[in-house]
Amino acid sequence: MPPRARLYKTEAIILRWRKLGEADRILTLFTPAFGKMEAKAKGVRKTTSRLSGHLQPLNRCQLQLAQGHVSDVITGCETIDSFRGLRDDLDLLSRALYVAELTDLMTADHVQSLPTYRLVLDTLGRLEASPAPDTALRFFEMQLLDQAGFRPEIERCVSCGNALEPVDNFFAPVAGGAVCRQCVPGLAGPRVMTLNGLKLLRLLQRGSYNDVARVNLPPALAEEVERHLRSYIISVLERDVNAAAFIDHLRREGARTKIEV
Amino acid sequence: MNERSTSTAAPLARLIEEFYRLPGIGPKSAQRLAYYLLRMPAADAHSLAEAIVEVKDKVTLCSVCQNVTEVDPCRICTDSARDRSIMCVVEEPLDILALERTGSYHGLYHVLHGAISPMDGIGPDDLKVRELLDRLRDGETKEIILATNPNLEGEATSMYLSRLIGPLGLRVTRLARGLPAGGDLEYADDVTLTRALEGRQEMDGA
Repeated sequence: MPPRARLYKTEAIILRWRKLGEADRILTLFTPAFGKMEAKAKGVRKTTSRLSGHLQPLNRCQLQLAQGHVSDVITGCETIDSFRGLRDDLDLLSRALYVAELTDLMTADHVQSLPTYRLVLDTLGRLEASPAPDTALRFFEMQLLDQAGFRPEIERCVSCGNALEPVDNFFAPVAGGAVCRQCVPGLAGPRVMTLNGLKLLRLLQRGSYNDVARVNLPPALAEEVERHLRSYIISVLERDVNAAAFIDHLRREGARTKIEV
Repeated sequence: MNERSTSTAAPLARLIEEFYRLPGIGPKSAQRLAYYLLRMPAADAHSLAEAIVEVKDKVTLCSVCQNVTEVDPCRICTDSARDRSIMCVVEEPLDILALERTGSYHGLYHVLHGAISPMDGIGPDDLKVRELLDRLRDGETKEIILATNPNLEGEATSMYLSRLIGPLGLRVTRLARGLPAGGDLEYADDVTLTRALEGRQEMDGA
């Protein structure tokens, strides 16, 4: 990580914020040069603040910061991309917040990772533009797990090490990935992983986003892969991602409205 | 602040610890406040203590609008001079004070007590949304003004509510968003400027 000058500039994606004192906020930033870091934004909760419009979560912006004793202070900001398409649609917004929260949970402070920065940026752009935002989300999850050092094993059985047969196998999050039929007894929490589910997980892990985006996903397969990845993420983080609960809430209400209509 | 200094009298140390639990109060501020109270006249200190006890004993939430009140339903909800066909939905009770200060709004209110913040695990079930929907079923309300904060959480809350209230056939409006009075155009971000352009109005008297 490059040393920071007393006054320095960086590009950043604002992942989240929390209130501080009367009118300040502490922002969690994800930067290409300094990784994830916190910075203080003074007075941004006042309506007259010149920075407040620029310093919203999910904004990609160019920042000027001054080194502080505890946390650095934001002294200037200009928006590069506000991802407006995400802000005007609740379903997309909930998914973008999931991306921000998962990035926050999976990355360590002050660890530079340019590939992860690019991944987050690309994912926000894909969510805004893609007709299948959930596919972009699954690709993001798998790639982020890989970059954070938690790549699930789906080439071989995590227990016996043998190559997986082209049949329905199992996915055991706590064990770290795929498990063959012979090794399943005695393992905690394995779930059936269909052959198509395995193929899609492998494509998410090894393929490019364009390869994944070309696949026409039946809802049952999309659900299965989402379930596997979510259970794996929960086992890695030892907790659920809060924003995922809101996505579920919106889905449930959407389904209820459809039934009532 | 676990360590209790042996040089501090026990009641004073307890007071410092109580102040330290308040938001925005650090260890030094807690000590300063405690010593200030120690030196103030006994009558003033008793008055402060009574005020704290009274606020906890007497102030409740209005069963209609969820605002803080000492009489239930609150004075705004029972005021016959107010327009009952229009309801303003706000995040916090303090937002009502700000709106009342303008003197430009004469309808009713509903306080959500927060905003949807998915990353912090605050969802619709943690707010007074169900109570709002129950109120709207009486058929008296014709317009809902969504007056949540113009930030990410406030916008998410407004979008969620408008999705929920939309099918009820009411007029749903949102407070105008745009340039603040006293601000400079050159410092405005593109979302604010775009919304200010969208919400531009005819000039009178041209």
